[in-house]
Amino acid sequence: MNPRTLIHALVLGAFCLGFGILVATTNLFTKDEISLRAVEDLQTSLTQVIPPGIHDNNPAKDSVLVKNDAGKDVTVYRATKDGKVTGVAYEISGAGYGGEIRLILGVAADGRILGVRATEFKETPGLGDRIDPAKSDWITRFTSLSLADPPVDKWKVKKDGGVFDQFSGATITPRGVVGAIKVGLEFFAAHKAQLVEDK
Amino acid sequence: MATQYRQIVRDGLWDNNGVLAQMLGMCPTMAMTTSATNGLGMGLATAFVMATSNLLIAAFRGYITREVRIPVYILIIAAMVTVVDLSLNAWMHELYKVLGLFIPLIVSNCLPLGRAEVFASKEPVVASFLDGLFMGIGFTAALTTIGAMREIVGSGTLFADAHLLLGPAFQFMETRVFPADCGVLVAVLPPGGFLALGLLLAIKRKLDIRAGKPIVLAGAHSF
Repeated sequence: MNPRTLIHALVLGAFCLGFGILVATTNLFTKDEISLRAVEDLQTSLTQVIPPGIHDNNPAKDSVLVKNDAGKDVTVYRATKDGKVTGVAYEISGAGYGGEIRLILGVAADGRILGVRATEFKETPGLGDRIDPAKSDWITRFTSLSLADPPVDKWKVKKDGGVFDQFSGATITPRGVVGAIKVGLEFFAAHKAQLVEDK
Repeated sequence: MATQYRQIVRDGLWDNNGVLAQMLGMCPTMAMTTSATNGLGMGLATAFVMATSNLLIAAFRGYITREVRIPVYILIIAAMVTVVDLSLNAWMHELYKVLGLFIPLIVSNCLPLGRAEVFASKEPVVASFLDGLFMGIGFTAALTTIGAMREIVGSGTLFADAHLLLGPAFQFMETRVFPADCGVLVAVLPPGGFLALGLLLAIKRKLDIRAGKPIVLAGAHSF
């Protein structure tokens, strides 16, 4: 091999090794903290959709896997009080304008919504991101609604003949969210027996 | 020495500003400036990476052979970005939730690579660190200004959600310029980025002409 090529290879290799070690070390020191933060995030989003008054357990640590209609496993976190399931929370998703919108939905044992929050989305800032409670209270209007209230065929944005406000300039985002919540409620209805069964 | 440092500061902030003169880093400039706060966050993260990567590259410049310099620069920049990404996630999690999306994008910004090649590969450590830092601050200023223009016109707010980025103490910065739903939507959509940047470039050119400075074509000017 040409000795100059060898030198270049050695230089590049040495830098890769050095900075590889730097990145690996950083990963080692941050790994535990990062997984702690992920659990905290989960707990924070669960407390937003499950009121603290209705449970005496830690829902983040009480989960079951339930298959949805698409055959995918959904992790359902359960809130229990005196051993009875009082509410459940699980992740739902809808199609937004900028890609998938992931939300967490809390449902009481009687099928009413305890709360819903968007956890991950890439909607247009200033338009679709009004599903974020930090920017608008739109998402809180779903609390205490159920599949029967409003009637199931009215679970749409106003533009589609339903009862939910769209945002000015953005219809696709609220449409995706309303659709996702409706599917989420239907999932609850279909698996109610399994979800709220006493432990 | 002092004059050289003054020149570095002035180049970074205005004369050879990364966005307004070199026209580098157009991807984050367009994508992340839908609000002043987003522009500020992206800018600060980039400034940190540029200062540290310039410093490291200048420190190792004697060992980096010409033929493999570009992969080595990219390696160093990517390593710094990863370190920032992991550290923010672990220890400044609230800030990470706001900036998290932007940080990996810094690797694809050609401004840090540009400064590594043009400056840090030839100059001493302190000067390179300052160059990275002030190029980064100039980048931050440009992104924040474009973000502010788009946010005011598009959403009627200025520095909305600044407290998520800077902490609750900065809530006072959040202002509403005019009522919601009066915004001109196009400003926060992609075309608004080009319009705001074009306007800003024209303003800079006008000011430079008035100051009697020679007009330098984008990209032609370097150290």
